[in-house]
Amino acid sequence: MTAVPLLWLILIVLALAAVGYVAGRSRAMASAGGNSRALHSLPGYYGYNVALTVLTPAFGLLALWLLIQPVWIDMRVSALLPDSAIADSSTRDLVMSDVRRVAEGLQILGAEGAPDVVDTSFLEGLRDRLGNVGVALGSEIDAAVYRAALSYQDMTRVGTGLMWAAVLLAAVGGFALSYMVTNKDFRARNTVERGILIVLIGAASIAILTTLGIVLSMLFETRNFFADYPWQEFFFGTNWAPDFRGNSELAILPLLWGTLYISLVALIVAVPIGLFAAIYLSEYASNRVRAVAKPAIEILAGIPTIVYGLFALITIGPMLRDYFALPLGLGESSSSVATAGLVMGIMLIPFVSSLSDDIINSVPQSLRDGSYGLGATQSETIRQVVMPAALPGIVGAILLAASRAIGETMIVVLGAGAAAAQFNRGLGELVNPFEAMTTVTVKIVSQLTGDTDFASPETLVAFALGLTLFVITLGLNVLALWIVRRYREQYE
Amino acid sequence: MNDMRRIERATDMKETKISARHVNVHYGDTHAIKDVSVEIQDKTVTAFIGPSGCGKSTFLRCINRMNDTIDIARIDGDIRIDGEDIYDPKVDPVQLRAKVGMVFQKPNPFPKSIFDNVAYGPRIHGLARTKAELDEIVEKSLRRAAIWDEVKDRLQQPGTGLSGGQQQRLCIARAVATEPEVLLMDEPCSALDPIATAQVEELIDELKQNYSVVIVTHSMQQAARVSQKTAFFHLGTLVEYGETGDIFTKPEDSRTESYITGRIG
Repeated sequence: MTAVPLLWLILIVLALAAVGYVAGRSRAMASAGGNSRALHSLPGYYGYNVALTVLTPAFGLLALWLLIQPVWIDMRVSALLPDSAIADSSTRDLVMSDVRRVAEGLQILGAEGAPDVVDTSFLEGLRDRLGNVGVALGSEIDAAVYRAALSYQDMTRVGTGLMWAAVLLAAVGGFALSYMVTNKDFRARNTVERGILIVLIGAASIAILTTLGIVLSMLFETRNFFADYPWQEFFFGTNWAPDFRGNSELAILPLLWGTLYISLVALIVAVPIGLFAAIYLSEYASNRVRAVAKPAIEILAGIPTIVYGLFALITIGPMLRDYFALPLGLGESSSSVATAGLVMGIMLIPFVSSLSDDIINSVPQSLRDGSYGLGATQSETIRQVVMPAALPGIVGAILLAASRAIGETMIVVLGAGAAAAQFNRGLGELVNPFEAMTTVTVKIVSQLTGDTDFASPETLVAFALGLTLFVITLGLNVLALWIVRRYREQYE
Repeated sequence: MNDMRRIERATDMKETKISARHVNVHYGDTHAIKDVSVEIQDKTVTAFIGPSGCGKSTFLRCINRMNDTIDIARIDGDIRIDGEDIYDPKVDPVQLRAKVGMVFQKPNPFPKSIFDNVAYGPRIHGLARTKAELDEIVEKSLRRAAIWDEVKDRLQQPGTGLSGGQQQRLCIARAVATEPEVLLMDEPCSALDPIATAQVEELIDELKQNYSVVIVTHSMQQAARVSQKTAFFHLGTLVEYGETGDIFTKPEDSRTESYITGRIG
C-alpha cells in the first residue's frame, strides 16, 4: 500500500479536478439550455469553481497530513521505547533515528513476518540483511528498537492509508458539493474570485511563515548555545579563539568589529562614487550616454562575488600592500581590511547608483524648472532641491547597500583573510586598515564546515552569530524606514 | 473728446521692456513659433491667449531662456530686455533668470520650509548679507504675495503642506524675492479653485506697479480682467496684439474674433 507513491495520489486529484472543470462547465451550460448569455458567469468560471473546490481542500489536507503524521508517529513510538533501550552515551533522539532507519530497511526488505522469538541471532542476521540493501547501522539492533521499528512501520502504513482515504474523500466531496450547486444562477465568478484570493493569501503567508521559521530555528539553536556558554562572554568578551577540544573563547566583538570596519570602508568607497555617478547619469548625461553607461555600470552587479574575491586576492591586495602598506610601514599582509573594503565598495557601486538614479529621476521636473526659473545653476538645483527631495530614497539605497556589505562573505575570505581581530594587541592594530581581519559571516562558515558535532558550543556559536547579524540588519532596516518616514513628512 | 483721451493715453505711454523680433522656435522638426515680433511694456500686465498648442507657453519660456534646458529646442531671432540681447553669448542665462522671474502652471514649492522656499533665490544670489536682511526680504515678499498673514506663524513648516492657492502664492513670493524686473506666469491659476484664482488675480494687479507681468492664460475672462495688453497666438503665429479692450470688443482679425467668441479653440 505505501509502496504506491504519493505522486499517484497527486495525479488522481489533478485528474479529478480536470474532470470537474469539464463537468462543471457542461452542467452550467445545460442548466442554461445551451445559451451561455443566460448564465451568471462565463461558462469557464463554473468549471474553475468545481476544479478549485476539488484541489484546494484535497491539497490542503495532504500538506497538513504530511507535516503532522511523522511528528505524531515519532511521538507515539518514542513513548513505546523503554528507558533501558537508550544507552548511556546516546539520547532518545539518536535511538529514534535508528528506529526510523530500521523501519525504512524493513520496508525495503518487503513483507516478512516477524519471528515469534526475537533473539540475538535473528537481530544479527537482520543487521546483515539490512546492510545488504544499503541501510547500514552503526551498532547492533536492540530488541526494543526492533519492536519499535515494527510498530513504526505499522503506524506509517495505517497513517498513509488513512491519508489516501481522507484526501480522496475531500477531493470527491468537494467535487460533489460544487457540482451540485452549479446552475445558471450560481455566482461562480465571485466564488472563483474568492478562491484566487485564498491562493494569493496562502502564497503571502508562506513567505512570512518561512521568515518566522528561520528566526525560530535560529532562536532554538542559539538557546542551546547559551545553555553551554555564558552570554556575557559572548557579547562582551574580547577574544575569538575557538578550540574544538574545549575551552574556547567565543566572543562576538572581534568579529563584529571586522564586519563593521570592512562594511564602513566599503560604504565610504561606494556611496560617493555611486551617488555621483547617479547624479551624472540622471541630470547631466545625454540620453545616448545614459543608454550605454547605465547598463555598463549595472554589469558590475552581475559579477559573482567570488570573482570579486579573486580580484581582491590577486590584484588589489598585492597592489595595496606594495604601494601603500609597505612604504607606509603599516603592514605586510596582502589580506587586509582595505582590500576587502575597496573591492566590496566596487561591488556596491551599482546598487547605490542604480537605485539612486531611479529615485533622482522620479523627482518631478517642475521642481527643477522652479529652481532654474529663480536663476539657480544646475548643481545648485541638484544640491538644494533635487537631493533633499530624493533623500529618503537615497538613504534607503545606502542602507540596502550596507545590508549587502554586512552579509558579504566571499570577498572577505579572499580579501581580508580569516583571522579575527585581536583586541589584546592594542588599538593601533584594530584601526589599521592594512591589517588582516575577518567578519561574522566568514566565521559562521568556518564554524560549520568540516566534521562538526551539533552539540558543542564551537558549532552552535554559528547560530548565535547568525542571529546577532540578523538583528543588526533588522535594526538597519527599521532605521531606514524611520528615516524615510521622518523625511517624507517634510518633503512631499 | 476722443482726441483728448488719445492724448491722455499717449502721455501715459510706458516704455518698452521686452522687445522680440522675428522669433522662431523649433522643437526637433516641429516649428513651434513662427516669426513672432512683439513689444511688451513696462509696468503693464500683458496676456497671451490662444488655443492649446499655439505656442504661447513656448514663447513665454523664450523670454527667460527656459527653453535652453530642453535639448532639442532651437531658437532664432532677437529678444531684447531693456535693449540688451538676451541670447547674446555674453549673457549668462542663470543671471537672466534671476532678473526674469517665472511662476508655473502647477504650484511647485520646494520640499523645504516656507521660509527656505522664499529665501532660496536671495540666498543663491547673495541678496542678503545678514540673517536680519534675509528675514526682511522674506517678509516683504510674502506680504507682496498676500500670504504673509496666513503663514507668518508657520514659516518653518514645509511649503508643501499649504493648500493649492497658498502654494501658488508662495511660489509668487519666491519669484518676487529675487527682485526680478519681469514676471512671467504660465497659466498660474489653472490648478486653482475660483477663490484662490481671485486672490492671485488681485495680486497680479498689484504686482504690475513694480513689474512687467506677462501671463499666459486659457481663460479669456481672466485675460480681460487682469491685463492691459493682449496677444492672441494661433498655430505658432502672433495673430493680433493690442489693447485688451480693443482685442475683446473690436478684434481686427477674423481668427481672433472666432476664438474669443468660442468658434475655434
